[in-house]
Amino acid sequence: MLIKFRTDKKGVKISGAKDMPPMPASLGLMNWNKTSSWRNLKPIIDYEKCIDCFICWKFCPEPAIKIVDERPVIDYDFCKGCMLCAEECPKDAIATEVEGK
Amino acid sequence: MKKTMIGNHAASWGAQLSRVQVIAAYPITPQTLIVEKLSEIVADGELDAKFIKVESEHSAMSACIGASATGARAYTATSAQGLALMHEMLHWAALARLPIVMTNVNRAMAPGWSIWADQNDSLSQRDTGMMHIFASSSQDILDSTIISYKVSEQVLLPTLISFDAFFLSHTMEVVDMPPITDVDKFLPPYNPEYKLDVNNPRSFGALTSEEHYYEFRYKMQNAMDDAVGLIKKEGREFEKLTGRYYDLVHSYKCEDADLIFVTSGTIAETTNVAVDELRKDGKKVGNLKIRVIRPYPKQDILKAVKNCSKIAVIDRNISCGYHGIFAQELKGALYNESDIPVWGYLAGIGGRDVKVDDIKEIADETFKSKKPVDMIMKGVKI
Ligand code: SF4
Ligand code: SF4
Repeated sequence: MLIKFRTDKKGVKISGAKDMPPMPASLGLMNWNKTSSWRNLKPIIDYEKCIDCFICWKFCPEPAIKIVDERPVIDYDFCKGCMLCAEECPKDAIATEVEGK
Repeated sequence: MKKTMIGNHAASWGAQLSRVQVIAAYPITPQTLIVEKLSEIVADGELDAKFIKVESEHSAMSACIGASATGARAYTATSAQGLALMHEMLHWAALARLPIVMTNVNRAMAPGWSIWADQNDSLSQRDTGMMHIFASSSQDILDSTIISYKVSEQVLLPTLISFDAFFLSHTMEVVDMPPITDVDKFLPPYNPEYKLDVNNPRSFGALTSEEHYYEFRYKMQNAMDDAVGLIKKEGREFEKLTGRYYDLVHSYKCEDADLIFVTSGTIAETTNVAVDELRKDGKKVGNLKIRVIRPYPKQDILKAVKNCSKIAVIDRNISCGYHGIFAQELKGALYNESDIPVWGYLAGIGGRDVKVDDIKEIADETFKSKKPVDMIMKGVKI
């Protein structure tokens, strides 16, 4: 990553023009460029109902669903809240929560 | 070495002397003789460059972007509709901060299909973030190409060099070609800090959230501000080699003028002749040639016009629904700074000839007029 971060007087982490290269270079590493801020709806997996079929994992366009210890886990840093996973889940195991409530 | 050549070829030799490494161009209309000559220069081994024939002007600029991103010195040329097709990629080149230099022969936009001079094609690219030069002689075309690489590669902004179709592109002038050894001293090889490099992989131009996009624009604006000083500085360096100096504006007999013309391109050269003739008749007039429109040389303009009482802008372009673009820009620069009244004239649209007498008529009209007018469409037949 070519963007540096510093801490301002109030202790807030910021990066400004002087911390950046002249052009948007190496901004595209998505593990840094968190894109979840635009999410309105939040999918929540109910692991009691989930049968680990991984259909949600297959359909997630981001992809923001990972397989951790043989179970689907949503990465909320990158989930954009499209709710495709909930739509496709055969067991209705993914609930919808409204963000910022 | 002095050579007689058409303006198109002055652009080709400017690129050759700048040792461009990649030339990407669409070879068919509205292309000009610029890239035809360059293809010969490359084929004859007079320039060590890769010449890429592409299927459109959009692709030509895209290829230049790719080449420039790897650190190569890239060049393309086009005209009118071709420049319009490049438009998306001109924004890309500028925001990616790639110092591509390109030439555009200012031709009227179609329809009706035209090959004659008109500035609307390149002025439509005004807000892309490219530096933008209007050359007014073949010597200016050749020299501007060399100087522009030097400036562009320091501020990391592309440059668009435009010049009038036909009046420059297809007429011959004597051009002094500086020896390449001198150009080499002036223009070192391009070696950017950030480039596409397999040994140091990076992504370029990917998703940029609102957290950083604004700051990239801020940096671009700063680069434009820096370019004002750099164009002058490198202009002086170039002068040491060749004796020729290029500024953002060139003022001719403006110091004591009551009326100052504000002009660009070949009309500026004709206006200098008109100024001499009008002065013989005892009329105190001057001519301010705007050579660079981006970065906009506001301070230079304010300084040049400060003693006059009237300004007449001559525009070979029109933003339909408002008026001439140079007039708009000039009035914007004067607002809050000065109350010199501005008369806007349109002339030479679609390549119509603008003669010395036309300019003398504009002078008479402006001297007589009491109230400034946004736009007077000179010579339009109703
Ligand atoms: S809501 Fe959309 S982005 Fe988020 S996990 Fe489900 S499918 Fe992926
Ligand atoms: S689609 Fe539903 S059942 Fe299948 S893994 Fe995802 S959450 Fe579990």
